[in-house]
Amino acid sequence: MSKAKRQHLIDPEICIRCYTCEDACPIDAITHDDNNVVVDASICNFCMDCISPCPTGSIDNWRFVTKAYSLDAQFEWDELPEQEDIGDDNDSLGEAIEDDIGALISKAHAGTGGRPVAPASASKASINLFSRANPVVATVQGSYRITDADAENDVQHIILGLGDTVFPVLEGQSVGIVPPGTRDDGRPHDFRLYSICSARDGEKRNGNNIALTVKRVDGGLCSEYLCNLKRGDKVEITGPFGSTFLMPNDPNCNIVMICTGTGSAPFRAFTERRRRAMPGASGKLVMYFGARTPGELPYFGPLKKVPTSVLEQHLVYSRLKDQPKEYVQDRMRKHADSLTELLTSEQTHIFICGLKGMETGVDEALADVCRGKGLVWDEIKPQMRRQGRYHVETY
Amino acid sequence: MNELNVSYDTSIPNNVGLADDRRVLKALEKWHPGYLDWWKTMGPEGFQESMVYLRTAVSVDPKGWAQFGYVKMPEYRWGVLLAPQEEGRTIPFGNHMGEPVWQEIPGEYRAMLRRLVVIQGDTEPASVEQQRHLGATAPSLYDMRNLFQVNVEEARHLWAMVYLLQKYFGSDGREESAELLRRRSGDVDKPRMLGAFNEATPDWLSFFMFTYFTDRDGKMQLESLAQSGFDPLSRTCRFMLTEEAHHMFVGESGISRVVQRTCEAMKEAGITDPYDIEAIRKLGVIDLPTVQKKANLHYTLSLDLFGSEISTNAANAFNAGLKGRYQETKIDDDHRLLDATYPVMKLIDGKPTLVNEPALTAINMRLRDDYSADAAKGVQRWNKVISKAGVDFELTLPHTAFHRHIGEFANINVTPDGELVDNESFSRQRDRWLPSVEDGEYIASLMKGCMEPGKYANWISPPKVAIDNLPGDFEFVQIAA
Repeated sequence: MSKAKRQHLIDPEICIRCYTCEDACPIDAITHDDNNVVVDASICNFCMDCISPCPTGSIDNWRFVTKAYSLDAQFEWDELPEQEDIGDDNDSLGEAIEDDIGALISKAHAGTGGRPVAPASASKASINLFSRANPVVATVQGSYRITDADAENDVQHIILGLGDTVFPVLEGQSVGIVPPGTRDDGRPHDFRLYSICSARDGEKRNGNNIALTVKRVDGGLCSEYLCNLKRGDKVEITGPFGSTFLMPNDPNCNIVMICTGTGSAPFRAFTERRRRAMPGASGKLVMYFGARTPGELPYFGPLKKVPTSVLEQHLVYSRLKDQPKEYVQDRMRKHADSLTELLTSEQTHIFICGLKGMETGVDEALADVCRGKGLVWDEIKPQMRRQGRYHVETY
Repeated sequence: MNELNVSYDTSIPNNVGLADDRRVLKALEKWHPGYLDWWKTMGPEGFQESMVYLRTAVSVDPKGWAQFGYVKMPEYRWGVLLAPQEEGRTIPFGNHMGEPVWQEIPGEYRAMLRRLVVIQGDTEPASVEQQRHLGATAPSLYDMRNLFQVNVEEARHLWAMVYLLQKYFGSDGREESAELLRRRSGDVDKPRMLGAFNEATPDWLSFFMFTYFTDRDGKMQLESLAQSGFDPLSRTCRFMLTEEAHHMFVGESGISRVVQRTCEAMKEAGITDPYDIEAIRKLGVIDLPTVQKKANLHYTLSLDLFGSEISTNAANAFNAGLKGRYQETKIDDDHRLLDATYPVMKLIDGKPTLVNEPALTAINMRLRDDYSADAAKGVQRWNKVISKAGVDFELTLPHTAFHRHIGEFANINVTPDGELVDNESFSRQRDRWLPSVEDGEYIASLMKGCMEPGKYANWISPPKVAIDNLPGDFEFVQIAA
């Protein structure tokens, strides 16, 4: 099957023909006749300027097409056509526009076990507002180590100011960074994706900045580059990316967050969002966070200050002196009662983020927990996934 | 400073550099407590302590200009936001066409401009007042949230106009700003300035009709002020239009959902005759003939808002470069209208007839025609819902001369089809064309609050899509928060 392309369309059943999008489009890709408002596929460059001003959400529709719908065809529509069958060679369609980013996300989400679906109450994510050809130049506002000075892992919390650029993000989304310079063959380096660890309204509220959690990898080109940045340095970022691994907005949702290391980044964002926007949320926010020691656990200090009314924390250590090794899956097994209660609620969402290696252990733990209570994880998991309640992002 | 970003370092979020404009900042800060008093006494009744999922404008950049989140209405960040200044913009019409736009008001146009700003400003708080009792009877939390969104944004539009008054009109502006908080919709002694804004909004069908028909007049007025040669007014109105679009959406989708629910209920009950009103009302839904009557009422009240067909005031404002036409820059003519004519409907020999008049004095008529064309399109989309459901009924807009209180047809009686009739005949048939007391009572009997997340009153369908890509059963208002 030939390679599908993304086409921007407007839902004629929802659109109220206010032409706000037409005014917002900087390159006149949007036009109308007496019937419909339509987007010209040969002009639209996915700059997304029209998305936010639309009062109805009708503008935010996309199809993957092998041949673009013409203006004339769109003028005739009373409703949007169904998505044509383009084959399932790419699960990440819709997470990013650029193929290389899509491939990265696809790989990270592979553990979900099928096409990932965004939580029902998540906000619609803006994606790909800034591309490799058109990156945002951010300014480092601060960078500090969030693991102990003597810890083996050097994990940095890096705050990036976006100046006057509007860069709307949601908790769970990532940004792309290309290390400066070129490869030996003269081509630019590959993209790296980093989860944003700050809430949608900024690391500092309304500060128009974001924060990243970056682990220094010895000899790692991009991580070394980022961890060595100093206050005031400039760094080019692209994105935002990701349209499924997103925080549910519904305060009634229970969110179970399971992570290790820098996998905690999106969950720091989730927690901050809950704390700021839904202080009285009835849904539970539960975290299972594994590290070797407290000193190796990113954000150990700040986490201690988050009240239990906001976040139920289970910090689990595998290298404590004179103590048996404990991993997140061990602690989860101990909590079989509370976890099965959560798993049987339609309000519960599970998010797993960290190294690929944690996937199997966590999956087995969830299966064990279910088995003990007469539930079948292999049936629950796909159902949760289809309902946008099961998410995996590992690397 | 960069005008795309909104400064939150004063108590009033703004992108007009208020922090460095001590005089205006002080004047607005002085006005602020009175405004909050007004909001608390004349804003939405009840629910002031509830957490409402509202959007707040945080930037005038189209990328991410608004943020959604829970907020208590009195804590909403009302701000002063102007669309970015266009480099090298020139006056697009009138005697000063082609000259650079004004950043200050030319002395000779001061009084005229003040009047335009005050009239626009007066409609904004008026609609909040008209709608203040509706919260308790909201057909769902989703609709309640939409109502409150419309309310806080109309109130922000008041801020927008008050900023212009305080910034550019000195002590007159201060006085006018205070007056905007003193007048009250429907008040015998101190009414709002325009007729339609003193009418009650007694029920949700009226609310949807109001946002569809009357807010659309607002849209047309803002569109023509957005053309203004006085640049701050133009920029203010351009940004207001982005918000106004949501209000149109609430109206159009609201009526659409009412109509859809009625058709569904008729189908389920096997009723094919849309005029079998008694049987349809037994189903607890609003019969289509009553929807038509409500549309007749609100459409004609809104037509009155455009003023007299022939108006020298409108011609003067156009000549002066203060108020243009709808989509002025897209019109292919000389933009001065020196010799042009425009067909105006007048009463000739007892018949509404089109007569060519000088286009300059027919500016109101032209805007009203543009309005009617815009309004008619939505009616067609409602009809699609009806025909898709297989019901044989068509909603229409009544004749321009029907039920008018201002202009050429104020003192005659015309049927919705445009036929001239005498007083007695009109009175006898009035209840066939306009909502009767019984219609009002029936609609009132349906107005019971439906406050559980995901539940919708029986007389309205759930929305096809909610806002911010959220599902219809999202808790849009946390009432007891």
